[in-house]
Amino acid sequence: MKKRIATVSLAGCFGCHMSLLDIDERILELVKLVEFDRSPINDFKKFRARCDIGFVEGGCCNEENVHTLRDFRKNCDVLVGVGQCAVMGGLPVMRNAIMHSDDPLRECLETAYLNSPYVYNPANDIPNDPALPLILDKVYTCSEVVKMDYHIPGCPPSGDVLWQTIVALLSGNPSDLPGEIIKFD
Amino acid sequence: MDIIPTIKQACKKYGNDRGRLIDILWEVQNSLGCINEEAMGLIASEIKSHRVEIEGLVSFYSFFSDRQKGKIIIRLCDDIIDRHAGIERIADIFSEELGIGIGETSPDLNFSLEYTPCIGMSDQAPAALINNVVVTNLTPDSARETARQLKKTLDPSKLVTKCGDGNNAHKLVNAMVQNNIRQKGEVLLADGIPAEAGLDNALKKASLDVIQAITDSGLRGRGGAGFPTGEKLRLAQKTEATQRFIICNADEGEPGTFKDRVLLTERASLVFEGMTIAAYAIGSNSGILYLRAEYAYLRPFLESVLENRRKTGLLGKDVRGKKGFDFDIRIQLGAGAYICGEESALISSCEGLRGEPKNRPPFPVEKGYLSKPTAVNNVETFCCIARILDKGASWFAGIGTKASHGTKLLSVCGDCAKPGIYEVPYGIGIDELLKMVEADDPAIVQVGGASGEMVGRTSFGRKICFSDAATGGAVMVFSSHRNVLAIVDYFLEFFADESCGYCTPCRIGIVFLRERIQKVMHGFAEDADLGYLKDLCKTIMMTSRCGLGSSAPKSILNSIERFPLVYSSHLKESKDGFQASFNIQKALDESRRLAKRTSMIYDPVYEDEAD
Repeated sequence: MKKRIATVSLAGCFGCHMSLLDIDERILELVKLVEFDRSPINDFKKFRARCDIGFVEGGCCNEENVHTLRDFRKNCDVLVGVGQCAVMGGLPVMRNAIMHSDDPLRECLETAYLNSPYVYNPANDIPNDPALPLILDKVYTCSEVVKMDYHIPGCPPSGDVLWQTIVALLSGNPSDLPGEIIKFD
Repeated sequence: MDIIPTIKQACKKYGNDRGRLIDILWEVQNSLGCINEEAMGLIASEIKSHRVEIEGLVSFYSFFSDRQKGKIIIRLCDDIIDRHAGIERIADIFSEELGIGIGETSPDLNFSLEYTPCIGMSDQAPAALINNVVVTNLTPDSARETARQLKKTLDPSKLVTKCGDGNNAHKLVNAMVQNNIRQKGEVLLADGIPAEAGLDNALKKASLDVIQAITDSGLRGRGGAGFPTGEKLRLAQKTEATQRFIICNADEGEPGTFKDRVLLTERASLVFEGMTIAAYAIGSNSGILYLRAEYAYLRPFLESVLENRRKTGLLGKDVRGKKGFDFDIRIQLGAGAYICGEESALISSCEGLRGEPKNRPPFPVEKGYLSKPTAVNNVETFCCIARILDKGASWFAGIGTKASHGTKLLSVCGDCAKPGIYEVPYGIGIDELLKMVEADDPAIVQVGGASGEMVGRTSFGRKICFSDAATGGAVMVFSSHRNVLAIVDYFLEFFADESCGYCTPCRIGIVFLRERIQKVMHGFAEDADLGYLKDLCKTIMMTSRCGLGSSAPKSILNSIERFPLVYSSHLKESKDGFQASFNIQKALDESRRLAKRTSMIYDPVYEDEAD
């Protein structure tokens, strides 16, 4: 039976998903082995069945991210954090550095939408449409919110790394990831 | 105010020498109350350095400040022992009386109130350092009285109405500190130790024979690391150099250690005698006593002892009439940094740098202070050297155990009836010691301070010596109603504050360790978190370049191993795979307030029931 895979991008840039496309022609082999459930690749917004593997790009910066991540935890046997944002928070987590302020979240929003020298915002509004999910007090990494089974470092991890990870997870054999393709310092 | 003359004078006093920056900064801070941006720039131009270097120093040492502080700085000792003795209540009272919180300065610039790590008074906790005046055994009432009196007189020295015992009553010390010497041994605290007998014997011998005698005695460093002293001196002596240095490490910052304080108070001359002998042995003409800033109240007394020695020919040119042996000692005052107890960091500090450890090798015995061979030893070690030269190597080797010779000065504090100083032969059992200190319900004994070893009840049969439970002197006793995790958390808080920040695993890893321990304390952790803790502990220990990083995680590993039930009682397996420590409601509070709306996902929707 084909394994089911789900993927999602939370507070990420979709770069890791782009990297998944870098597996190139191996995608033909992949679709022979797996069926994609909820994923931006097929644009399914909800889980249709329980999945074997969930790939999560990005950390949690708003309530919708938390909700989605928990949904993934509930519906996936193995959850894999993909890329720097999922593992350590990445770029979005830089806003956590506003920690010596009395009102860090307000300072963050005002810097982003009002006070930054390159902002053009004549109405002086901070976006607050009811349809927008509420932002969290700070950015949380995936493993701060739910238990994660694996992490793949990289910004983004290369297509080869993703491919080898998928193959390893599907076959149950340990992956062969040489240091030079997963170390970045 | 024109500060230029003050700064010029301060720099000139130390010959515009950037190696004496710590002294210059003390001088400037004492006259201006702080070292502000302007002062930093001026100092830099005087000593031909850069402002950023001065700023690096000022921000590194906790006793220096770039902002104006009160004329009277009240530093409350925030040690785990002091916490158990109620320092938080004392802090509230000072806060209330002076109208300022912790870390604040009163608007009239009279008072600053802050916490400081262990000030070496754990046997008379809770204690505080008010400018250079030590106030001990604080109670809520005495704290209130102290605060009121300070407000009235603005003179901390008036707080000392009754002096402590021994030299604490000396007019140059004049402190209410008690020695609390509970047991005297034959090496260090025996009565009637003959003055200069060791030095006289040493000067009769050739320098190599002096080193041989120390080697034969089996003396090992008393500061904690236990390096064979004879070997250290031999290495320093053997290295080709134009000049060599002797440094006495009196920066006892390890929480719960206060034995050097008592030695400096009661055996100052013996310390200097030991330094002189070591200097003769390695051929050094210059020594430094690195005194921690918390013990600044001892400085006038120590200076007078040195002056006396100079007058009587025990220091200076041709020491004790020995032609060609010149030696003098200066006191280098620290500025509040635990890491400076590490020998290479201490050398950095003596050189007027940030107290950061140096890479080893080369070791200080080859390339130490000013890149010259330097022997750095603990206060107690120097005392032992003087005694060995007096009484002979075999006498010393005959005390203690096979591998740990001599006696050890222990500073015992915590939950026991008789905290204080005990001089015991090496090899004493922890249980035996606990009986001596009259601890009636000991559950945890922390041997060796925060960086030492946590010993549980089942292991009280262990011996205090180098090959078993080693210690630089600190022994903290905790009774069964103390929380192990709170103790571990305190140690981590201490190390996170005191890490010099050079090695990333130590600087950041300790903060992560503490976060995870707090997760355990709050009951949000599960089994996997212990695995994470152990892994991270190993990483930090393996990748830090000095002893701080390699010993900071010890209390976690010890407590997981020895108090497993405490941990397991806090662990809870999460069934849904969610992290219990993540609280979505708390994470959204701020946002709800700013956006002035509720969450569509996590707030309940109330149906309109009126219709």
